[in-house]
Formats: sequence, structure tokens, C-alpha cells
Amino acid sequence: MEKTFKRGPSLYDLPTHYCPGCGHGIAHRLVAEVVDELNIREKTIGIAPVGCAVVAYDYWNFDCSEAAHGRALAVATAIKRVHPQNIVFTYQGDGDLAAIGTNETIHAANRGENLSVVFINNAVYGMTGGQLAPTTLLGQKTSTSIEGRDKKVHGYPLKISEMLALLPGVCYVERVSLESPAEVLKAKRAIKQAFENQINNLGFSLVEILSACPTYWGLSPKESLDWIREVMRKEFPLGRIK
Amino acid sequence: MVKTKILLSGNEAIAQGAIQAGCSFYAGYPITPQNEIIAYMAKYMPQRGVFIQAESELAAINMVYGASAAGARAMTSSSSPGISLKQEGISYIAGAQLPAVIVNIMRGGPGLGNIAPAQSDYFQATRGGGHGDYRLIVLAPGSVQEAYDLTQTGFDLADKYRIPVMILGDGILGQMMEPVQLSTKKNKANTFKSWALTGCKGRKPNIVKSFFLREGALEEANLKRQRIYEIIRQKEERCEELFCSDAQVVLVAYGTMARIAKSAISQLRGMGKKVGLIRPISLWPFPQKPFNLKNKKVKYLVLEMSYGQMLEDVKLAVGGKRRVEFLGRSGGGVPSEEQIMHKVKQIW
Repeated sequence: MEKTFKRGPSLYDLPTHYCPGCGHGIAHRLVAEVVDELNIREKTIGIAPVGCAVVAYDYWNFDCSEAAHGRALAVATAIKRVHPQNIVFTYQGDGDLAAIGTNETIHAANRGENLSVVFINNAVYGMTGGQLAPTTLLGQKTSTSIEGRDKKVHGYPLKISEMLALLPGVCYVERVSLESPAEVLKAKRAIKQAFENQINNLGFSLVEILSACPTYWGLSPKESLDWIREVMRKEFPLGRIK
Repeated sequence: MVKTKILLSGNEAIAQGAIQAGCSFYAGYPITPQNEIIAYMAKYMPQRGVFIQAESELAAINMVYGASAAGARAMTSSSSPGISLKQEGISYIAGAQLPAVIVNIMRGGPGLGNIAPAQSDYFQATRGGGHGDYRLIVLAPGSVQEAYDLTQTGFDLADKYRIPVMILGDGILGQMMEPVQLSTKKNKANTFKSWALTGCKGRKPNIVKSFFLREGALEEANLKRQRIYEIIRQKEERCEELFCSDAQVVLVAYGTMARIAKSAISQLRGMGKKVGLIRPISLWPFPQKPFNLKNKKVKYLVLEMSYGQMLEDVKLAVGGKRRVEFLGRSGGGVPSEEQIMHKVKQIW
């Protein structure tokens, strides 16, 4: 039988360390496929976050830098300014991009840095054991919102993508999901758009990806995908924001 | 060729020194008393490289991390409270073995303190400052000329050892103006950095990181760092010694404090008091050799614009074999010539 499942040169042939049903493996692959399809592997520089994807560079076959928690866009800003001909992107989770790194995120976007951002929203802190994230839904139980997120105590889920879309330096914002093969294909198109925008010097592009964390949602992988479709998407509607 | 001297403030001299060294990336955030550095860089850096006024000290130091990872000679500058904010990034720079130059023009602390000159960040500078087992090379200029020269040295040392280097001055040094002989030496900014992130064309990918999860890997990396530190201890001690051979009392002071000490010494010598000076220029590595004075009765008097920080390094260097006295003021107070002379007579 013919083997049709292949990896391009940007993705190492390795099993990932991610939990069953986690979206990171898919998102890593989408980034790698986009890099290969645009034929930019040799000039791509990725910035890995602090969080579950901290060792993303173990899976990607191109230059990468680690950044301190939340500082990926400060690091990326400098790398892109030093090497404007290279393609520089960050890969960040919700805690990284929308809590500890909010300042760096907003100001890099507001400067209109010519960067591509892959923003993984799984509504929870995964690596540290499932705590309340800025994107945790109202009522969602986490290890630090035991009775569920209460708007009076914890505030509301932060829609940072909509906030960023208001800034004139931002050229493209889209929210996608990894809940089904059809949505995965749309997610890949959005990531590709964000990279093409950078190639065309259009400014700051961000793709928010709704991604499952079955371990800290307390759901099976299948239930997690249903939860994205039926619950998470109501708070974080899919589609192009800008 | 006519050798030109130009009049610069200490802050401007540091900025001009960085430019002379081939610094091509500067990111900073305003704070007194070092604002002349960021203003100078805003004026002269865009023609040579990248200038960014960052949204915070955190962003500025992480931009320096990124620029250095990309292979550029990169610098940031700040003053005490801002340097505290930068400690996260400095620790990552040390962890990722990146070169960088960080300028601290110290002001009074703790907290917001004041904007008067001080030397109270000595511990923070010489002990690493952030989390983890690491050091910075710390260079303390005593004049505007030296601020210019040492900034260039700082970039070379940072690249040579892949280590963050701190230029540690105080508000007086930053603000005062002196003539500076500009260098015409070619800098080493274009030295090839095989580890830098440039895109992986024709080679395997480079990874810049400070994260070592595999068992034993971090210890291995830290031991490697310690071996580099040992070489630095052997090779990079810098110090000025004045009248030490016949001295009964040796003053120990750095930066602005050493200038005041020199004035006191010339007066004391005029009165027939044999007083000398040890002026550490590298605060880490702290100079050890000058403290091996043969005169067993020699007394050291440590002078600081802080309350007994360098004092600990002097005591370590002396190893309990000689008397060590202390005079310091802090919070904007600066020991005067008269106070120094009084103290010397007291301990004579």
C-alpha cells in the first residue's frame, strides 16, 4: 500500500511529548507545512514560548530561539529588525501572549512589527497543571477557579485578538479552530496568510487557534473537540477579525 | 593626524563608545540619570543599526536578547530601578550564553529611592543579580574617558566569553563632562558568530536557549559556565594602584568615589601621610592581586557610596590578614574629602 502520510523538511520525524488529543502537535505541523510550502525554511526563525510548547524547537527543523515567558514578541521584534530579510514568527499560548506578555504583545502589534504570530488558545495553563488562564471561560473549572470562573472574582475571558484588531499597525487577525479536519485546513490557510503577509511586508499578523487540552479540561479527546465546537466557539467566534 | 578631543558627558561617552565598538542595536526605556544615553542613541543609532524605545525595561532587555541571538552587538542602558526590572532578561542572556552590554548608571535606592548618585547596586551587579548560578563581567569607569574606553572593552569581552557585561557607573559619572580622546581603532563587530540565528541555509539549525530538561544537562551547562568564569578570573582583573608600595593606609574605592579618594590622598600626602589607593576597575572579577601588600601593618579603608557592599569583597581578598575599615554614605550622600581625611587620621 502506498504511504501518503509524509513530513516535509521543516518537521522532524519524532513522536511529540504532548498529551493525547492535544492540539499542539497539529499546530506545529501546520506551521512546518506552511514554511515548506512557502519555501522559506532556510530563512525562518521561530520563537518558542514558555508553556507546553517550550521545546517546539525539538520538532522544527529551522533556526529557533527560546524567549522568557511572555517576551516572545520583544525577542521577535529585535530579530526581525536585525534581519529584515528573514521570516520571524512567534508561537505562544494564552498565558504567555495574553497574561504575562500582554504588554509586549500590544506594543509589538502597535508598532506594526512585520511579524507572524501563532497564538494557541486552549483556555487553560497546561504546563503548570491547569490553572485559570486569561481565556478561561466563565464557569470553567480550573485548579485555581475550583468552582468555575466567576466574573465577579476573576473577570471575563480576555478577547485579545479583538483588542489587537483595533490597532492600526495590525494588518491581519483571524481566529481558527482545530476541532475537525475541515477547520484544521482553514487554520493552515490562515497561518499561511500570516506568513505571506510578512513576506509582503504588510505588518503584524496574528492567527488565534482554538486548541484542545483534554488533560486539564477533564474530557476525552473526542469530547474536547465537541467542547470547542459547542462551548468555546460561542465565546471565541471563528473567522476573520481583521 | 590631529588627535581630536571632544567634550562629552559620561552618559554620552558610553553611547559614543558603544557606537565606536560597532553596536548595531540599542533598546532602552527612559529613566534618570541616564537619559542622555537613550537620547544619543536615538540620534546616532538609526544610521548604523536599530534603535527602539521599548515599552518597558522588560521589553528592552528581551529585545537585546533577541538582537544578540541574531548576531548583533546589542546594548541597553538604565538606572537602578530599571536594572532590577531587567534582571529576568539578564539571567536568560547569561543562560543562553549570549553577549550583551548592559549599562547601569546607579541612583539611590531601595525602591524608587531618589535620582542622586549612588553605588548601592554593587551586590546586584557583582553577584549576578537575577535567578540562577551566573555572573556578569562588571566594569566600573572612573572618568568620562574611561567610560568611553571601557564600553568598547565591554563589547569585546562580551563577544569573547559570550557573557553579559555590565558598565556600572553612578549619576555623577553619567552627568559630568570631560574631554574624550576618540578612538580610531577598527572594532571587532563583524567577527563571525557561528551560533547566531540567521536562517539555517547551508547548515543545521541553531537554537538559542537556556532550558535544559534532560537529567544532568543543566549541571553540565552550568559547569561549563563556571569554567569560563575561572578563565575570566585569571585573565580579566582590572585595577588601578596608586602609591601602594609605601602606604600605611590604602584606600579602596571605585568610580566617582575613587576620584574623591584621589583628592584626599594628595592632601594627605602633602601632610606627610603615606596613603595609597586601590581602584578596582573590574568589580567582577574582583581584583585579588593588589591586596597582597607586603607591609603587614597596612590598613585598608574601603570607601563607598553605599553601606558596605564592596567591603565584603575587600575582606575576602584580604582574607583576615589585615585590618579593613569602612566609610560609606548612601541615599545620595557622598563621602567628602574632609570625611575621608578625618577617617584616615582616626584609624592611623
